[in-house]
Amino acid sequence: MELRYTPEEIAFRDELRATFRSKIPAEIRRKVSEGRHLSRDEIAEAHRILHAEGLATPNWPVEWGGKDWTPVQRYIYTEEVQFNAVPMPLSFNVAMVGPVIANFASEEQKRKFLPPTASLDIWWAQGFSEPGSGSDLASLKTTAKREGDHYVVNGQKTWTTLGQHADWIFLLVRTDPAAQKKQQGISFLLVDMKTPGITVRPIITIDGAHEVNEVFFDDVKVPVENLVGQENKGWDYAKFLLSNERTNIARVGFSKEKLALVKARARETPAGEGTLWDDVGFRHRVAMAEIELKALEITQMRAVAAQRHRAADKPDPTSSILKIKGSEIQQMATELMMTVAGPYAAAMPGHSHNEPPVGPDWADAVAPQFFNYRKVSIYGGSNEIQRNIIAKAFLGL
Amino acid sequence: MDFDLTEEQRLLKESVDRLMADAYGDFEKRRQHQDNPQGYSPKLWAQYAEMGLLGLPFSEAEGGFGGGAVETMTVMEAIGRGLAVEPYLATVVLGGGFLRLGGSEAQRAALIPAIAEGSTTLAFAQIERQSRDDLFDVATTARRTEGGWVLDGAKSLVLHGDSAQHIIVSARTSGQRRDRHGISLFLVPADAQGLSRRGYPTQDGLRAAELLLEGVTVPADALLGAEGEGLALMERVVDIALAALCAEAVGAMEALHELTLDYLKQRKQFGVTIGSFQAVQHRAADMLVALEQARSMSMYAAMMAEHPDPAVRRPAIAAAKALVNRSADLVGREAIQLHGGIAMTMEYKAGHYFKRLTMLVSQFGETETHLHVVAAAGGLSEAA
Repeated sequence: MELRYTPEEIAFRDELRATFRSKIPAEIRRKVSEGRHLSRDEIAEAHRILHAEGLATPNWPVEWGGKDWTPVQRYIYTEEVQFNAVPMPLSFNVAMVGPVIANFASEEQKRKFLPPTASLDIWWAQGFSEPGSGSDLASLKTTAKREGDHYVVNGQKTWTTLGQHADWIFLLVRTDPAAQKKQQGISFLLVDMKTPGITVRPIITIDGAHEVNEVFFDDVKVPVENLVGQENKGWDYAKFLLSNERTNIARVGFSKEKLALVKARARETPAGEGTLWDDVGFRHRVAMAEIELKALEITQMRAVAAQRHRAADKPDPTSSILKIKGSEIQQMATELMMTVAGPYAAAMPGHSHNEPPVGPDWADAVAPQFFNYRKVSIYGGSNEIQRNIIAKAFLGL
Repeated sequence: MDFDLTEEQRLLKESVDRLMADAYGDFEKRRQHQDNPQGYSPKLWAQYAEMGLLGLPFSEAEGGFGGGAVETMTVMEAIGRGLAVEPYLATVVLGGGFLRLGGSEAQRAALIPAIAEGSTTLAFAQIERQSRDDLFDVATTARRTEGGWVLDGAKSLVLHGDSAQHIIVSARTSGQRRDRHGISLFLVPADAQGLSRRGYPTQDGLRAAELLLEGVTVPADALLGAEGEGLALMERVVDIALAALCAEAVGAMEALHELTLDYLKQRKQFGVTIGSFQAVQHRAADMLVALEQARSMSMYAAMMAEHPDPAVRRPAIAAAKALVNRSADLVGREAIQLHGGIAMTMEYKAGHYFKRLTMLVSQFGETETHLHVVAAAGGLSEAA
C-alpha cells in the first residue's frame, strides 16, 4: 500500500503546474479564484491556450488529440487545473459531446466536428434537461419527427449552461413516442444554433448571473446526417456521456484551492484583538473541512487506482460517494468564505470600474458564489438521486 | 499510488478473518470469553500467538514477523469486525510500540519473546484523574533513589491493566504537572510492592483498572527510554495506537453496516421490507459514505503512523481520528435507529458494536481534541 505519488508523477504534476501558471493569464486565474464569472472571450482564451499546449482534450482517444495517460495522470491533470484556478476546458465540448462523437459517430462526423470541438471553434451547449425532466431525465418530451431528409424538432430545453455563447447544441430528443420504455425512443442530435426556430432566453440565477438559459425549438429542421449513432439509441450515448467525467466529480482541486484561500484571507481579516484565524471555533471548522477533503481525496484515489481492476465501461461504485461528499465540501468551502467576508458579504457594489470596493476587494464575489454553489448538490444527479443509486445498486435495498 | 494488499498481507487478512469468525461468529461465544477472570479467553490468546499475530510488529531478529502499520491495520480491522475483547491494542500495539521504539536491548530481550508467545501481556497507564487526554499532564512522580526509582501516584482507566503482567507507567521525574519535559516512562511489574489495582469492566465489554502507586520501588533499568523525554515517545506510540483504533473502528462499522443491511432486507412492516422505504435507504447510504470516508482515513493513518517527524505525523493522525470519530458516531447511531427496538436489547449484536464504537471515539482523544491538534498545526494541507 502506497498513497504517495511516484517521483515521475510528481514531476508530471510540477510540469503541468508550471505550464498552467505561466501560460494562463493571471487575471483569468484571479477571477476564477475569486469565484467570478468569466466572459465568453476569457473562457475561449484559456481553452485555446490549453489546446495549443495539447492540454484541452487529454481524455479523448489519442488519434483525436488525446493523451496516452494513466488514470493517475488524468486525475493529477484535473486536480491541477482546478487547484491552479485554471478554467476547465469547456466541458460541453471536451467531456461531453467530444467523447460521444469519438465513440459513436460516423467517420465523417468525427472529421467534421472533432477538430473544431477540440479547438473551441465550435462552442457546444448541452440540451438534456427540460422543464418537466430534471432528475427523471428519460421522461423528456422534446420531439424530433422524421420528414424526408430532416428531423423537425419541437420542444423546450432548460438549464442550458452558457447557451448564450453556443454555436451548436447536442440534444436528447424523442424520436419514437410509442417505444415501450421511455429510455428506448430517444435519439442524440447535433443542432446548429443558427437554425431558424431556435430561441434562447436567459435565466438569471439567485447570484444575479446569466449562466443558464431556456432554449425553445419551434419546427427546427435538422438534417438527418446530424443524428449521432443509431436512431432511438440516444439514451445509451447519454449514459456514456454522464458516466464519462467520473474523475472530475469530486472536484478535490477546487475545494483545496478554496480552502487555502479561506485560510489566507482569514489570516488577513481583523477580528477581535487579532485576526479571524486566531478564533478557535473558526479554525476548527476549517480543520474539519480540510479533514473531510483529505478523506475525499483518498477515496478518489482509491477509485482511480481501482480502475486497473475494473472494466472501463462499468460505472465506478464510488462515484456517487464522490458526488455527495464532493458537493458537500465545495459548499462547506463557500460557507467558510462567507464567514471570512463577514458583514462585507452583504454589499453589492455596482459594476462600474470607478466605484470603490466595499470592504476587501474580493468580498463582493463571495455571496454570489455561495448562492451559486447551492447548485452542486442539485446538478449531475442530485445528492438524493445519488443516495438512491447507492441504495439500489450497491446496498441491494 | 497503490491500495492493494500484498500477497502476504492478503493471507494474513484471510487467516485473521477466519480466526475471528471461529471465535466470535456465534455471538454467545463473546460472552463466554468475557466470563474468564481476565475478561478474555487465554485459549484464544494462545491461538493469536500460534498464528504469529502477537509477534507481528517486531523485527524478525527478535522473534517477530517484521510487520508494519498495514499489517496492524489488517489485524485491527478484523478485531473490529469480530468485536474481539483480547488485549491486542494494549499488549502488542501499545506495549509492543513502547518496546520497539524506546525499549533497551535488555528490556526487549526480556519481553518481546514473551509477548510473541502469549505468556506476557502489557498495559499502558497514562490517564490521571485530572489529565483527560493530555499525555503531558502527569502528577505521578518518580524519585531517584540509590539503584532505582520510587513511584507515587494514581492512574486511571488503564486498558486491560487488571490482567497485565507489566505496566508502562508515565511519571514525572522533573518539572511541574503540565510541563512537556520531565516525564519518564517506567516498566513496572504488576506484582511490584506498593502497586495496587482495582479491575472493572468497561461499557464496551473490555476491562480496565485503577492503579494506585504507593512507594513502588523499581530498579534503574525499569526506565523505558530517556529520562525526562517520555512525552515524545508516548506521542509516537499513541499515534500508532490511534491508527490501530481507526482500523478497528472501520472493521466495526463495516460489520455493523452489513448487519443493518441484512436486517433492512428481512424485517417487514406494512407488508414490505423496511429497506424498500426511501427514508431508510438514504440513511443506509449515508452510513456507507461515512464508512468509506473513514476507511480512506484509516489507510492514511496507517501510512503516516510510523512517520518520525511529529510535525508531519501528529496532524495527520489527529485528522484521521477526528474523521473516524465522526463516522463512528454516525454509523453507530444510525444502525440503532434503522434497526429499531431489536438493537436496544442486550441480546442482539448491534448494540454492542454501537457501544464499542461509542467508547472508541473517546479513546486517546475526542473529536474536538484532535480537531484542535489539526487547527493548531495551521491545518492539514500544509502539514501533510
